[in-house]
Parts: sequence; structure tokens; C-alpha cells
Amino acid sequence: MSARRIFARPARFAAIAPYLWMVLFFLVPFGFVLKISLSQTVIAQPPYSPVFDLSEGFAAIRAALAALSLDNFRLLVSDDLYVLSYLRSLVVAAVSTSILLVIGYPIAYGMARLPRRWQSVAMVLVIVPFWTSFLIRIYAWINILQHDGLLNRILLALHLVSAPVVWLSTDSAMYLGIVYSYLPFMVLPLYATLAKMEPALEEAASDLGASPRLVFWLVTFPLSLPGVAAGILLCFIPIVGEFVIPDLLAGSDSLMIGQTLWLEFFTNKDWPVASAAAVLLLVLLLVPLLFYERLQRRQLEGGR
Amino acid sequence: MASNLNRLSRFNLASLALGLAFLYLPIVILVIYSFNASRLVTVWGGWSLRWYTEFFNDRAMLDAAWMSCRVALASATLATLLGTLAAVGLSRGERFKGRMLFSGMLYAPLVMPEIITGLSLLLLFVALNAERGFWTVTFAHTTLTICFVAVVVQSRLGALDRSLEEAAMDLGCSPARAFAAVTLPLIVPAIAAGWMLALTLSLDDLVIASFTTGPGSETLPIRIYSEVRLGVKPEINAICTLVIGLIAMVIVVASFASKLSSTRGESAAPL
Repeated sequence: MSARRIFARPARFAAIAPYLWMVLFFLVPFGFVLKISLSQTVIAQPPYSPVFDLSEGFAAIRAALAALSLDNFRLLVSDDLYVLSYLRSLVVAAVSTSILLVIGYPIAYGMARLPRRWQSVAMVLVIVPFWTSFLIRIYAWINILQHDGLLNRILLALHLVSAPVVWLSTDSAMYLGIVYSYLPFMVLPLYATLAKMEPALEEAASDLGASPRLVFWLVTFPLSLPGVAAGILLCFIPIVGEFVIPDLLAGSDSLMIGQTLWLEFFTNKDWPVASAAAVLLLVLLLVPLLFYERLQRRQLEGGR
Repeated sequence: MASNLNRLSRFNLASLALGLAFLYLPIVILVIYSFNASRLVTVWGGWSLRWYTEFFNDRAMLDAAWMSCRVALASATLATLLGTLAAVGLSRGERFKGRMLFSGMLYAPLVMPEIITGLSLLLLFVALNAERGFWTVTFAHTTLTICFVAVVVQSRLGALDRSLEEAAMDLGCSPARAFAAVTLPLIVPAIAAGWMLALTLSLDDLVIASFTTGPGSETLPIRIYSEVRLGVKPEINAICTLVIGLIAMVIVVASFASKLSSTRGESAAPL
């Protein structure tokens, strides 16, 4: 038996504590979300009527199962408010992820082309904003975009506009905020694949007579697709459920699903409907989540 | 001709410079305006520390900041402990039952919309009849940040030379001893970096804290958020600058740690 295998046995036990933690605080809570999404709304504290009460035995469970209702889900798929906010979330996430890819790719490409020494500096520079508070960065944009903010003052001073432009509470402000906040999530995985790429492959294509543009589209871009996929997933999934950015920067006439859920939960105190909205959101994200899971595992354990 | 490809084109350089400017400009503007004497956020009235004194006299804001610091310290420490154990189990343990489920659960919070995690944790705490406040937020943040610690530590473990551990065991160390004497010192910088990442993420979180906190225990982001919704206030600029300063300090320490880690890693490799 190799030393490696002897080591493996106790190491397995290291996973027990985090395993139990994640089951209790990550998996079990989803059970509660599912359960409450199937229960009736009542005005009480907590504001739902419990579906299961294990203390009353099997008969009670059967009675409870009969009382389970899909009313909340029926409401969600029939009410335009919810359907529209689901659609809006998907559209916003798709559009911003595309913008992120278009902006992020040249940045990552530029980083990968830097001399080695400067690559790590550039990487730190891209990571640092990710470490500074998300809320603060959105707030910084409110400073700039507001009615008498810096942007309008510059535009007025340059005589590009004759009156202050309304930037805040518009979709463009929201897209700006999303792109700004998620840029590191797009750039870093792209950079990781581009930096690992064998330069000889590009050189070979070029030696065989391909123009730089052709080299990029035939060699560089296809080889960077794993990074592209990682970047897209890392941005798309969280953006669909985004709450803070649309809440602070977009107008209030059309909501994303994260805002609707927040509203149902905190303002209307309708926990069952909020839970049902969360379940549907999760279902919507299941496929991208599974893709992401596979990618993540392959990346971290590829060397095994 | 071929070397042309690898040289930095003007386009590459321009896009990199523009990208970095885009990332930093708003933050720089925010920091500069935090020293603005004028009450109007956009009119420059000369340099002043007025908004900083305002913050240090704002009882509610200070309480929230203190709450955030305590939650961040406690949750980062817990998450580092659990995340490191998870990384060791995943990268060194042999296949075990439920391994797929485990890594799935571990990495899902990385991308899971916070609004779902927050809501589900709140429903758990309500069902457990837990009093909402410091501990519920701390446990919620721990759950959120375990995965970040695990990713950082696991990628370091993956880069380590396994023959070092094997050599220690061939020389008679028990697996636990080999881990403590050889592996652990090599991954300490990654663990430290993971701890700091968890700390900053906890300081930053608004959504999950909003769901899991109780009355009377606001964290700083919750407080800032409710102020921002009412409009821009110069005091917020000052608080944000302080938070940025704190996080910058953490990053400087972390980059020193990772520098230490990479030079040690290189010197260990040829052994």
C-alpha cells in the first residue's frame, strides 16, 4: 500500500465536519423553502401555516400532505408581474453577460500578452475591486450618475448636452452597474485560460500563413472556450438573481425577479409566495448551475 | 513574424488601460469627495475631515460597524476552519460516498443568487426557533464563505508536490504528523488568504445579512443601504473610504502572504 493511500484514509474524515455543516445550512434550508412554497399564506408570525407537524404522528402527516397546495406556483405563472420579472431577469442577465464578454475578452487578452512580471500586477489590479465592497462600488456610481453628479457636470462643461441628462433610475445605469461589478468575474477565468495557452500553437498557425485575425478566430478563441464558459456562468447565474444593483440603479417600473422576491418577502410579508418564487428561480438556474458544477470540479481536480 | 503575435499590440494595451480606469475611477472619485467640505456631494468646497467626525459621532452607524466587524471575524474564522478541512478532504481523501453531493454543495454558494441563500437560511432559523441576531448572521456568512476558502486552499493543495508528504511518511511519520509537519506549513499562506477573503466577503454582504438578522442588530451594509436609499449623504463617502482603507490593508497583508507562499512553494519543489 503506497503512502498516498495511507494518507488518503484519515484525510477523508476531514470532510465530515464541513459536510455536516453544508447539509444543515445549505441543503436542509432548501427543503424548508420548498415546504413553505407549498403552504398557505396566513397573517401571523411567522406568516405561513405550517405544512408538517411531526409531533402529531402519521395521520397528521397524511392530512398535511392533502393540504399541500400549488396555489403559490399557480399564482406565479398566471400573474403577469411575476412572469414579466422572470423574463426581465433572463434578458438582463443575457444582455449584461454578452456585454461583459465583449469588454472582458480584450482586457484578459491584453493581460495575457503582458510580460510575465506585469501579468501578476495586472491580475492584482483586476482582483482588488472585487475585494472592495460591492455596495460601495454601486454607491460610487450613484455619486457620479446623479442629476448634479460628475458626469452631467462634465457633459455640460464640454457643451455636449444643454441640460442635465437623467442617468439614475434607468436601464443604462443598471447595465453599467452590473458590468462594472461583474467585470472581474469575467476577466479572471478568461485570463487564466489565455495565459496557460501554448504560444507555439499561434506561432505555427501564423508561420503557415494565417493572418493575425485568422489566427485569433481559428486558434486562440476556440482554445479559450473553457474560460469563456466559466466567465459566462460566473456572471450569468448570479446576475439572474441580482437584487442590489437593479434596486439602486434601475427605475422601479419593471422589476427583476430578485426585487420581486424581496418585495414579497419584506414588504408584503408573503413568505409562501416569496419561497415559491425562489423555487422557480432555482429551477430556472438548474441547468447553468449543473454546467458550472462540472466545470468547477474539472478545474480543481483536473490534476488528480 | 511569429514573435509579432506575442508582442503587446497597441489595441491590447489600450483595452487593458481603459478597463483598469473603468474599474478604479469611481472608487478614486468617491475617496476624493469624502474629504469634501461642502454638504452638496458634487460641489467641491475644499478639503475637510468633517464627514469623518460626523461618522464618529453617529451612534447607530458605529454600532452597525462594530456588529459587522464581530460577525466578519467570527464567520471568517469558522469558515476558514471548515473550508480548509473540506479542501483537505476533497483533494487528499480517497473517493467517499456522497463526494459528488459534497463538492456540489460546497461550490454552489459561489454562484447561487444570494437572495435564495438568504431566504432559505432565514426559513431554517425560523423553523429552529433560533433568536435572530449575531449568531444567525455569523452562521449564514460562514455558509457563504466556506466555498471561497475551500477553492483557495484546494488550488494550493493541488499545486503541492505530493512526494513531500509521501517522503515524510516513508521516513516514519503518521499521516496526521506528515500533514501537520509538511503539508500544513506549505498551505498556511493559502489559508491566511482564504481567511481574509472570507472576512471581506462578510463585511460586504447585504442581502444574506438582511434576511438573517433580527431587530436591533444591523450590520454596516444594511445601515449604509438604508441611508443610500434615502439619497446620497457625504457621511457615506467617509464610511466607504474607511472600509476601502481597511480592505486595502487586508489585501496588502494577503499579497505578502501569497508572495511568501509562492516563493516557499518554488523552493520546496526541487527538493
